[in-house]
Amino acid sequence: MTKTIVIDPVTRIEGHAKISIFLDDAGEVSDARFHVVEYRGFEKFCEGRPFTEMAGITARICGICPVSHLLASAKTGDKILAVKIPPAADKLRRMMNLAQITQSHALSFFHLSSPDFLLGWDSDPATRNVFGLIAANPDLARAGIRLRQFGQMVIEKLGGRKIHAAWTVPGGVRSPLSPEGRQWIVDRLPEAFETVNLALGLFKGMLDEQLKNEINVFGEFPTLYMGLVGPNGEWEHYDGKLRFTDSQGNIVADGLSEDDYHAFLGEAVEPWSYLKFPYYQPLGYPDGIYRVGPLARLNVCDRIGTEAADRELQELRDRAGGVPTSSFLYHYARLIEILACLEKTQELVDDPDVLSSRCRAHGGVNQLNAIGVSEAPRGTLFHHYQVDENGLLEKVNLIIATGQNNLAMNKTVAQIAKHYIHGTEIPEGLLNRVEAGIRCYDPCLSCSTHAAGQMPLHLQLVAADGQILDEVYR
Amino acid sequence: MTVKTLKIDGKDVAIERGATILQAAKEASIPIPTLCFLEGVTPAAACRMCLVEVEGSSKLLPACVTEVAEGMVVQTNTPKLQEFRRMNVELLFAEGNHVCSICVANGNCELQDMAITVGMDHSRFPYRFPDRHVDVSHEQFGIDHNRCILCTRCVRVCDEIEGAHVWDVAQRGEHCFIVSGLHQPWGEVDACTACGKCVDACPTGAIFRKGNTTGEKERDRAKLAFLVTAREKHQWTR
Ligand code: SF4
Ligand code: SF4
Ligand code: FES
Repeated sequence: MTKTIVIDPVTRIEGHAKISIFLDDAGEVSDARFHVVEYRGFEKFCEGRPFTEMAGITARICGICPVSHLLASAKTGDKILAVKIPPAADKLRRMMNLAQITQSHALSFFHLSSPDFLLGWDSDPATRNVFGLIAANPDLARAGIRLRQFGQMVIEKLGGRKIHAAWTVPGGVRSPLSPEGRQWIVDRLPEAFETVNLALGLFKGMLDEQLKNEINVFGEFPTLYMGLVGPNGEWEHYDGKLRFTDSQGNIVADGLSEDDYHAFLGEAVEPWSYLKFPYYQPLGYPDGIYRVGPLARLNVCDRIGTEAADRELQELRDRAGGVPTSSFLYHYARLIEILACLEKTQELVDDPDVLSSRCRAHGGVNQLNAIGVSEAPRGTLFHHYQVDENGLLEKVNLIIATGQNNLAMNKTVAQIAKHYIHGTEIPEGLLNRVEAGIRCYDPCLSCSTHAAGQMPLHLQLVAADGQILDEVYR
Repeated sequence: MTVKTLKIDGKDVAIERGATILQAAKEASIPIPTLCFLEGVTPAAACRMCLVEVEGSSKLLPACVTEVAEGMVVQTNTPKLQEFRRMNVELLFAEGNHVCSICVANGNCELQDMAITVGMDHSRFPYRFPDRHVDVSHEQFGIDHNRCILCTRCVRVCDEIEGAHVWDVAQRGEHCFIVSGLHQPWGEVDACTACGKCVDACPTGAIFRKGNTTGEKERDRAKLAFLVTAREKHQWTR
């Protein structure tokens, strides 16, 4: 018997988004929804495959942040082997994640978002992109492109390829950093520092001037924040324990293990979106709304643990007068994280362990149920595998960062719509602001398409009786 | 020793009686693509990559098993054969589930190399996406039937060189698959000595060492031929 399984389209969530804005009887915005209308089949078709392939398979979910999946998958694999990976492997994996966060944040800030800040929300969409930026501010554009390239090159120096490097494996990594690779990083670091400092100065200046209002409209509301923290509450990106904090800065839960994610994370489903809605279980749905990613990581940690980044973190907190709660500040947080990544990379290149070839532990299938976690650029990423005694996957669950920001993204869209829509028509320039509201979270759905100048977006204005009053496509 | 003389691609070749066209071509440095052929074990003529045109024969003949004859005129690289070989490789890809990007043999795979050799850039045949399984019950090795091209090299090395005869081909036609023991999980077959010869023999990523991830499969093909000559000629070093 032969059977044909068709998974069509096979996309996680990159690509198409639809937004509906609902009006009440008085014609004011009552709610807005951000729909992800594509189906993901990854979890299903991994079943039956050896778990050792998972790093390679799941890295294909995303071309921008494959490293995150490689890491979460390898960490889950470590647990299936029940091995403690060698110290060199731990440091090398960390180094790759730092490079990954750097390149992904650089892409988000310079290529995708800065055209809005620098060229203006209402500027011509045809040039409101990285090409327009190159024309308007070639030095900044070039520096941004080179910063991203720096991150990608570190990944390549470590893994042999820029994208989809199959270098992290259950038990460790395949090979250490070469002395030449190390030297290349040392040589290029100063320029990377310079670029991020330039961007930080520029962005802070804009927050005082032209971007002052955006802070209050683009996702300014209280939620919980979740992220990994180190043993002393410091900023973490690869290992550590999970912490939830609230918008007053109180620790809601601490020292949580990814192994128990079922106990504290619920996943709600809505009929209008293929993207699930994770929430903090003890508070229920939708009150358990939480945010992950750069801003959340900075909010949950006590300190970063490196000098310059800690100074910047303090300034961010001072400016916000406490906990920064606006999603617009994700951009700011991204820049601070790039700085932290560069400082930590600097520490790691000076560590002789990164050149050590003792970087892979071997083992058999010693645990059948395993959960791995790591911080992707966009937030906390969980991989959960259940294998049979031979290591073939029986069940796979992936909790992706973009999904965890789903509730917050919806709320952000509603907030922006309420601010700008008063009537039955969608005002000019709103589309871009809504889009930018979503882009604060740097979700994967924008990454594949926006770089070329547009994100396929469909906006509908719906009256209280269900009638569609206006719609725009991009 | 009787010598036979023949013409391959216009080149005169002389070789001992009983030799195959493939051996004669090799002698004359004329490459003929092969997949199921493996130095040191009996040829099986399973893949049909080595088909050649022989004057006077209406059929294409597999070079790996066709004996030379006096005055034979052989063509190894006509447009017809090139087209045929490409189609053959496309069929191999369309028949199984070959996802090179996550395969242990990626970059070190004879099927992949063959696709490049014959200039295949896509398959004109729709992929069948058969429902095949993976057996990783063996302590050290695994077999992923999705990547098996039924060349039977594993069957032959295990039987003829190791003498364990773990492998056989079960079923018929499109339902054929390789079985261990009497269709037991590989890990339960006592006859298997875990020598690893089938891993070295397998041209694709179908048989692999457990723990190997994408592109990590390495094989020591020369070891197999060495073992055979060592036994025959009592040369135990290489
Ligand atoms: S066996 Fe070869 S052709 Fe098949 S998937 Fe693996 S690398 Fe590709
Ligand atoms: S498992 Fe490998 S060696 Fe055995 S028949 Fe299949 S492709 Fe050939
Ligand atoms: S090599 Fe001759 S048929 Fe396979």
